[in-house]
Amino acid sequence: MKRGIKVFALLVGIVLLMAVVTGCGSGKNNQQSEEGQVQSGGSEGSITAVGSSALQPLVEEAAKQFMTDNPKTQIVVQGGGSGTGLSQVSSGASDIGNSDVFAEEKLKAEEASQLVDHKVCVVGMAAVVNPDVRVDNVTQQQLIDIFTGKITNWKELGGADVKIQLVNRPSSSGTRATFKAIALKGAEEAKGIEQDSSGTVRKIISETPGAIGYLALSYLDGSVTPLKLDGIEPTKENIINGKYPVWAYEHMYTKGDATGLAKEFLDYMLSDDVQKSLVVDLGYIPSTEMQIERDVQGNVTPK
Amino acid sequence: MKKRLFYDKAGHGVTMLCAAFVIILTISIIYYIGSKGLSTFFSNEVSLWEFLFSDQWRPDRSPGEGGPQVGSLAFIIGSISVTLLSVAISAPLGVIVAVFIVEIAPGWGQRLLQPAVELLAGIPSVVYGYIGLSLLVPVIRSLFGGGGFSMMAGFLVLSIMILPTIISVSTDTLRAQPVEWKHASYALGATRWQTIRMAIIPAARSGLITAVVLGMARAFGEALAVQMVIGNTREIPTSILSPIMTLTSAITMDMGATVQGSIWNSALWSMGLLLLLMSLFFIMIVRCVVRRGAV
Repeated sequence: MKRGIKVFALLVGIVLLMAVVTGCGSGKNNQQSEEGQVQSGGSEGSITAVGSSALQPLVEEAAKQFMTDNPKTQIVVQGGGSGTGLSQVSSGASDIGNSDVFAEEKLKAEEASQLVDHKVCVVGMAAVVNPDVRVDNVTQQQLIDIFTGKITNWKELGGADVKIQLVNRPSSSGTRATFKAIALKGAEEAKGIEQDSSGTVRKIISETPGAIGYLALSYLDGSVTPLKLDGIEPTKENIINGKYPVWAYEHMYTKGDATGLAKEFLDYMLSDDVQKSLVVDLGYIPSTEMQIERDVQGNVTPK
Repeated sequence: MKKRLFYDKAGHGVTMLCAAFVIILTISIIYYIGSKGLSTFFSNEVSLWEFLFSDQWRPDRSPGEGGPQVGSLAFIIGSISVTLLSVAISAPLGVIVAVFIVEIAPGWGQRLLQPAVELLAGIPSVVYGYIGLSLLVPVIRSLFGGGGFSMMAGFLVLSIMILPTIISVSTDTLRAQPVEWKHASYALGATRWQTIRMAIIPAARSGLITAVVLGMARAFGEALAVQMVIGNTREIPTSILSPIMTLTSAITMDMGATVQGSIWNSALWSMGLLLLLMSLFFIMIVRCVVRRGAV
């Protein structure tokens, strides 16, 4: 009998726990959205920032510092990809949507027009090759020929006699979209192998003979060789002054103008605290230092 | 007496609640995946024929450039081929190991081999993928040429991953066979090999088929380890060494960067629905086999 009571109590406990957990979940959500609308000015309340895994490490670190300075605030940072970020902020499920691409490229025009863009930093990208191919400079036309499959062996470019192996990111990747639009001038890539994460791409290129791919500059670690494009090195300086063209903005979108805590946090992201230390440490380029600007169509103008 | 009645009723209620919860969960998941997956055909107006039998995957193109096309034939072929090849390796191997554990070396077979198999099942799939990426892919590249990322790497990794499923279900089946049959076979003067081949394995047939089908279902749904070693090329494979893409890897690669409601996102849900239907199909096979075996 005693054992029966115990088992019964356990079962009731489990059911209660389930009810409490689900109840809490929905309760918290309501609270969050209410606070997000009500709070204004004062540094308290909670917001969420969802999206781009490329931008996630920076936003996470910045949120950590911001919450240390403002203990009453709660900033929840989640990854999930640029598409998730854009659709979440557009539907109002998240306060801030992080993305590596312009909203206009992913969302319908009427949805994109409701979003306000905050460009927090810039990230450069380079074509990278396995060090054994002994090529470190290509012209843009040669790069296009490599990725469209016209050039198939590195000896055609004066390198080693190795077959070229393309390593792409999936076509949904922001890095790939940027690389294709700017470095390849929109040319359709030949089908190579695809890998999802930049870390895996780097590992594969460093181990596969004749491999070529592309990476954000923050992923370069010496195991792969970045290619110069028309003789110009992919460095921070060359991107800032507009000589090296392959780079993209990291966007943080809000639905309508940012208000309350979201505005405070975005201001903090653009402040010297973040731009001069975190952004540089994590391998991004501060948007405040850029001497040029680029719009959705890809037109570059001096700032 | 009254107290007992109360506990009886309450216990009944709690178990009913839990059972209902599971049923509701299953139905709502199927409904969710179904409604999301079918929206490709109803809201985005892609024909079922194009989705299943075209290999043109260009969801990012605008209508002006001949886009968006969401033919997933290349992924379906990738999934099916890698599953069948891995089962072709694992099914005989697994059944033989199970026979060895149960019939030939019951002593140390059970003490040593069974825990080893269970350990194999406990290794997370990302670890299998990482081993495949770091060891198997370079070996294939140097032995057979090509890039190394290939269907071959995929089914070798998978065949090891589904081995524990096949072995453990097979051993359970073999152990459940009535020992009298074995004794009867020996009494007729049959050798051990003849007993195993003519009496035990035929008697356990339906259980062994179940084991293989369960292994197949696992192979079909495995995403991560496969994705890391097959190279992921959106093309119909031409040889065992060509890189391929499976339904699961197509979903994991694209899901984060697509926007909900877009045709691209819906097409990924349709692939999820396809995987669900396939696993329902596998479960149905198992049920039929088990029922027929019982007669």
